[in-house]
Amino acid sequence: MDLRSKLVLNGARVAFVVAVAAMAAAPFLFSATHIVLLTEFMSMLVLAIMWNLLAGYADIVTVGQHAFVGIGAYAFFGFTALWGLNPYLAIPLGGLVALVISVPTMILVFRLRTAYLAIGTWVVAELLMLAAGKLSAWGGGSGTSVPISIILSFGSTRGDRLATIYWLAFGLAAVAMLVTYFLLRSRIGIGLTAMRDNEEGAAAIGVNVTYARALCFLGTAPFLGMAGAIITLQKLRIAPPASFSITAWTVFIIFNVVIGGIGSFEGPIIGTVFYFLLRQYLAGLGAWHLILLGGFSIVIILIEKRGLWGLVRRVLSDDLIPIAHKPSAAFVTATKAASGPAAIAETQEPAS
Amino acid sequence: MTAVWINQILQGVMLGGLYTLFATGLSLSAGVMRFVNIAHGDFIVLACYALLLLTTMLGLNPAIATLAVLPIAFAFGFGLQRFLLQHVVGDNVLLVILVTFALSIIIENGLLEGFGADPQKISGGWMETATIALGHGINVGVFQVVTFAAAVILVAALDLLLYRTGIGAKIRAVSDDVAAANLIGLSSVRIYAIAMGISFVTVGVAAGFMSIWTNFDPASGPTRLLIAFEVIVLGGLGSLWGSLVGGVVLGVAQSIGGQFDIAWQIMAGHIVFLIVLALRPQGLFPKY
Amino acid sequence: MTTTAASLLLAVEGLSVFNDKFRAIDHVDISVGAGEIVSIIGANGAGKSTLLKAIIGQDDRVEGKISFAGSDIVGQATETIVASGIMLVPEGRRLFPSLTVEENLRLGWSVGRKGAIGFADVWRQFPILAERRMQKAGSLSGGQQQMVALGRALLANPRLLLCDEISLGLAPKVVNELYALVPDIKRRGIGILIVEQDIERSLTVADRFYCLLEGKVTLAGRPGDVTRDVVMKHYFGL
Repeated sequence: MDLRSKLVLNGARVAFVVAVAAMAAAPFLFSATHIVLLTEFMSMLVLAIMWNLLAGYADIVTVGQHAFVGIGAYAFFGFTALWGLNPYLAIPLGGLVALVISVPTMILVFRLRTAYLAIGTWVVAELLMLAAGKLSAWGGGSGTSVPISIILSFGSTRGDRLATIYWLAFGLAAVAMLVTYFLLRSRIGIGLTAMRDNEEGAAAIGVNVTYARALCFLGTAPFLGMAGAIITLQKLRIAPPASFSITAWTVFIIFNVVIGGIGSFEGPIIGTVFYFLLRQYLAGLGAWHLILLGGFSIVIILIEKRGLWGLVRRVLSDDLIPIAHKPSAAFVTATKAASGPAAIAETQEPAS
Repeated sequence: MTAVWINQILQGVMLGGLYTLFATGLSLSAGVMRFVNIAHGDFIVLACYALLLLTTMLGLNPAIATLAVLPIAFAFGFGLQRFLLQHVVGDNVLLVILVTFALSIIIENGLLEGFGADPQKISGGWMETATIALGHGINVGVFQVVTFAAAVILVAALDLLLYRTGIGAKIRAVSDDVAAANLIGLSSVRIYAIAMGISFVTVGVAAGFMSIWTNFDPASGPTRLLIAFEVIVLGGLGSLWGSLVGGVVLGVAQSIGGQFDIAWQIMAGHIVFLIVLALRPQGLFPKY
Repeated sequence: MTTTAASLLLAVEGLSVFNDKFRAIDHVDISVGAGEIVSIIGANGAGKSTLLKAIIGQDDRVEGKISFAGSDIVGQATETIVASGIMLVPEGRRLFPSLTVEENLRLGWSVGRKGAIGFADVWRQFPILAERRMQKAGSLSGGQQQMVALGRALLANPRLLLCDEISLGLAPKVVNELYALVPDIKRRGIGILIVEQDIERSLTVADRFYCLLEGKVTLAGRPGDVTRDVVMKHYFGL
């Protein structure tokens, strides 16, 4: 790696670290309006990271993750508003309920393959949304507001509340990133990458494909559920179409991840940032902004499958957040010396 | 008392005919091109709006309007596959999901901008209200019977097309092994486009009946997709006659659920689907 | 070692085919005349299948010239190439398993030129297929499938037949039956380009041969003019 690339790369890494630090201290740095926006950003980031983990690494494309977001929201409401549990406790409990429901969901939808699996998850989401609308204690079909007492337990002043909820969202996003990071660098993660490149090959060398997939599917559920709980604190309401909104928690997320760069660690971050910038500047366009987003994601898929991050990566020499394990320099030189001129294998297709 | 239940079941069977119409296009594109067109339901709704324009602005009779739409539908489907979807067909299923998902959003919002959110419906005239009395208090709507008959005829026609014609054999060949087809000189690109064109013709037919049977609005697409999807999975992937059975099962489930309320009507369908998925994931008449 | 210009069917000149990262075929010259049987031999990975696929138009990262009956066919769609008279019997048969024997054959008939060979010829040549004409191709044995693949190619009435490893995975007796057809095809004036790993079989039936190693032609000539030892050397690149 030449000096200039190294400088650019390390510069970008430093910028990233500074950004994270700024985000951690956000309530001290930004106004209330911005904090609200950043809280929303953090929640959407969690959803993006989870969808990307499944679709980009575990080869499980879902279009039904809004099911778990809604479950987290409804469970959170149930635990704290209906059964009086500590609100801070109700958030992870919401995640737990999402995890519990993800088990039968997984058993059912894993009977389907690829695109059918995706729509299968959508069916489950629809069913759960309709079922939620039958729960009168939760306000039935039109939903209900989060009680004031619950809201106040997050802070007596609005500023305090916004800060607390922001830190919850930021915390969840940070944990999501760390867990994903360590997962991808672990044996399971390497197995996933192998699986993504060549499923049969991966299975042949001992990667337990089903186990890896199941782990990922189940693992994303609690994060989605907790995000749902936090989103409820932002929206201050639960209602079937809103808490289980396919547009907000699935469609936008998918577009964002694709535009940002699916299958990369940086992609979901870039994609979510892009989405918020787009929304700020195109706020007045109404329905057209959704069309634009959809159209743009199609263009991106056709031009650069790795998204905006892929475009950046053409210039940058390495990932911003290194996930891949690199062989040591000694290993590289030894391997080069051992192999002769490239053996031409007719039937072999290099993994891309 | 039993008459009420028999009527419900009969209604459900007829509804199954409508659902089969939704599903045949999806069965074709999913079976041949091996991808699930998420915008499928939205295309049905788009066709409904096209029919709305033809019947209101040109004053055409709905049947004539439907027939007029069919060749346009073929051309549209052919072009969509040839110039857009062909670029994302292949091993990467994600690409197709993303593109068709994006298309779905674009259509829904385009229709919203163009027509507004109000529910629309096309009048079916006398046929819509006429009923046939079968005795013992059992009645069935004329339009419902016609719809069911149309579904049976459509499935039979597609069956004939696929298994008794040259183009049908070519479509089944590329569906078996697209690389081999290309190697022996079949243009898979053109054959895929033809298959999609045919799929869109069925979409046109489905729209013709749906636009009269029920209300529709720009957001109606996804529910049609889910219905079509459930029908083809229930019936067994790749089986056209299986979709007819799948449609009836779904229709009857919904009809019985509908005895309670709208939410239960839809939920009943999803629940039956999930139960069949749990017990017999390959569907009732699987080909693959 | 070339054929006379009058009967030259296929002339490949300076052909290079690129595979993602490297040249799978490197500046190869090959010719086939009408009624001539030309063998391409080479080890696994030498580039034999790639060569055939390039000729049939299934590879567009191609440099050089491929002339068929005088006109350059590089860049043409496979559909066009097949219609003008080249047909491939793909490696591994590649039949359509859910279609019947007859339907598979009919596909060959519909993509090619109409000519002297018709269904009657195929049923006569392969009586066992005539019995199984309504059976799904996927349920046939390997040898029977190879017959269908060959029949499918012949029904396209090609002027040039490309055969990719037709003996692969088949019992010797079955392979003998298949190769017994070669003289009859030759008699019709059809040129055959045979790719084989089985050197013995290949050189017995060929008029001329080329040996391919790592994408290059290392040896060319008539089977009678070279000893087995020489061939082995060039096959393995020793």
